[in-house]
Amino acid sequence: MAEVPEHLLRRSAERRKALGLDGGDEGGAPPEAAAPAEPDAAPAADVAAPAAAEAGGGADVETASGTRIPAHLLERAKRRKAAVAGGEVAAGAAAATATATIAPPASGLTGPGGHTQRLLTVVKSGSIQQTKAEAQDKVHVWPHLLVVELASILILMALVTVFSAIVRAPLLSLADFNRTPNPSKAPWYFLGLQELLTMFHPMVAGVTIPGVALGVAALAPYYDKNPSNKPNDRRFAIALFTIFIMLWAVLVIIGSFFRGPGFNFVFPWKDGIYFEL
Amino acid sequence: MANGNGNGKNGTGGKLTQVLDKTDETIRGSQAWNSIFRPGSVYRRGYTDSPRNRSYVIMNNVLYHLHPVKVKRHAVKVSYTLCLGGLSFFLFILLTVTGIFLMFFYRPTAAAAWDDVRTLETAVSFGSLVRNMHRWAAHLMVLAVFLHMCRVFYHGAYKAPREFNWVIGVILLTLTLLLSFTGYLLPWDQLALWAVTVGTNMMGYTPVFGDGVKFVLLGSKEIGNDTLLRWYVLHVLLLPFVTVIFMAVHFWRVRKDGGISGPL
Repeated sequence: MAEVPEHLLRRSAERRKALGLDGGDEGGAPPEAAAPAEPDAAPAADVAAPAAAEAGGGADVETASGTRIPAHLLERAKRRKAAVAGGEVAAGAAAATATATIAPPASGLTGPGGHTQRLLTVVKSGSIQQTKAEAQDKVHVWPHLLVVELASILILMALVTVFSAIVRAPLLSLADFNRTPNPSKAPWYFLGLQELLTMFHPMVAGVTIPGVALGVAALAPYYDKNPSNKPNDRRFAIALFTIFIMLWAVLVIIGSFFRGPGFNFVFPWKDGIYFEL
Repeated sequence: MANGNGNGKNGTGGKLTQVLDKTDETIRGSQAWNSIFRPGSVYRRGYTDSPRNRSYVIMNNVLYHLHPVKVKRHAVKVSYTLCLGGLSFFLFILLTVTGIFLMFFYRPTAAAAWDDVRTLETAVSFGSLVRNMHRWAAHLMVLAVFLHMCRVFYHGAYKAPREFNWVIGVILLTLTLLLSFTGYLLPWDQLALWAVTVGTNMMGYTPVFGDGVKFVLLGSKEIGNDTLLRWYVLHVLLLPFVTVIFMAVHFWRVRKDGGISGPL
């Protein structure tokens, strides 16, 4: 049989003590199988009665009971029996004859050992209680996370400030519609698109490709049905994404540094850099 | 006293620690310090380091909207997130602060814009520095948001239950690009004008309603005064407003979806 949980043993011991049974068990969990042959909780007796009746099939009440069952329980069982019998009588003659065949419940309230109840099984708590959250290794946000955040913010702030003190943001001459600079370049993050313009029709390069790319990216979690997040289980996804990013980076770099006047291909180390941030 | 032990370590490091310890004692022992940080001054009930108080620091704080009291241990490792999402958010705040500063000195008209920027650079205290910070932080934010997306992809963090937060993230990336692009026009110099010309020409090739899209973006057939005003309002008001809303949902979903993903 499965071992009885600690807290049940303790409770049964307390119950026993309260009922004045086996006074020897002091406090702690009694190791001898306390649970199985237990005239335990009084309310349970009522519930157990039908089961006992079915199994017992008219076993005698008085045979061995005297020593095991407290007087007040016996008395209550008797009262209940009387009540049940009385109820049946009151229910009418037809019903009474019908129940007569199933009558043993009235007389068979105790089991073979003279017990008014039986322990059918001990169910472990885990099997009936759904435990959702598993214990996780957690740390306090303060100070562990906030300190990291503060440090990273300070470092970034310092970098931006120092960089801004040294490097000026570009401010070219006043906008002039009659003077088109050569080359004219989009902001760097759109230079991949501008690079595509040299290969495809503007509708494809400027609208279709970025639109589809954004859509495909946004819907990634809905068609990537692989539930794992282990790099080894998703080599294809990682490879695909990396190729895509690399392709994009190469296009941006070419558009930024390798395109000169007329958006023609140049080498930055030979012809200079045509690039403003 | 902390480092005053005789383990032979009495080089400059040990001395420095001693000096620091002594300074620390002097400052904390001073009357000024004790009157400011007396129990009940900053924290109403004083602060002692205990799990209960560590919880209260977060729970009784506006940061509770961002952070739970506890997070998974691996989530605080810099090597996992590289702080990219948080730094994107910080850059957004930095850009808001520096942007508000710039707004004091800028008029979005073709006649005044360039001169205003020029004046800001030459005649306003810290004007040049703040404008530089605004511009570099903006480029950095585009980069940070993009790298954050890569980080999330490589960790598979877009998978259930975080699918929708990924979608919001892609929207935020788009908004970041739009914010940067609308800001690009505002200095009204040659760089701004022609970069935006190239960009909007591309959008003009949108199938079917390309001309409509272009007209709505420019406010006229050509880039001009209307475009500048339009992009200014987009840049300082509408797009930040929308971005803040999406960010709020983004951060909220991070928590509701069970904190950040992982460990791998």
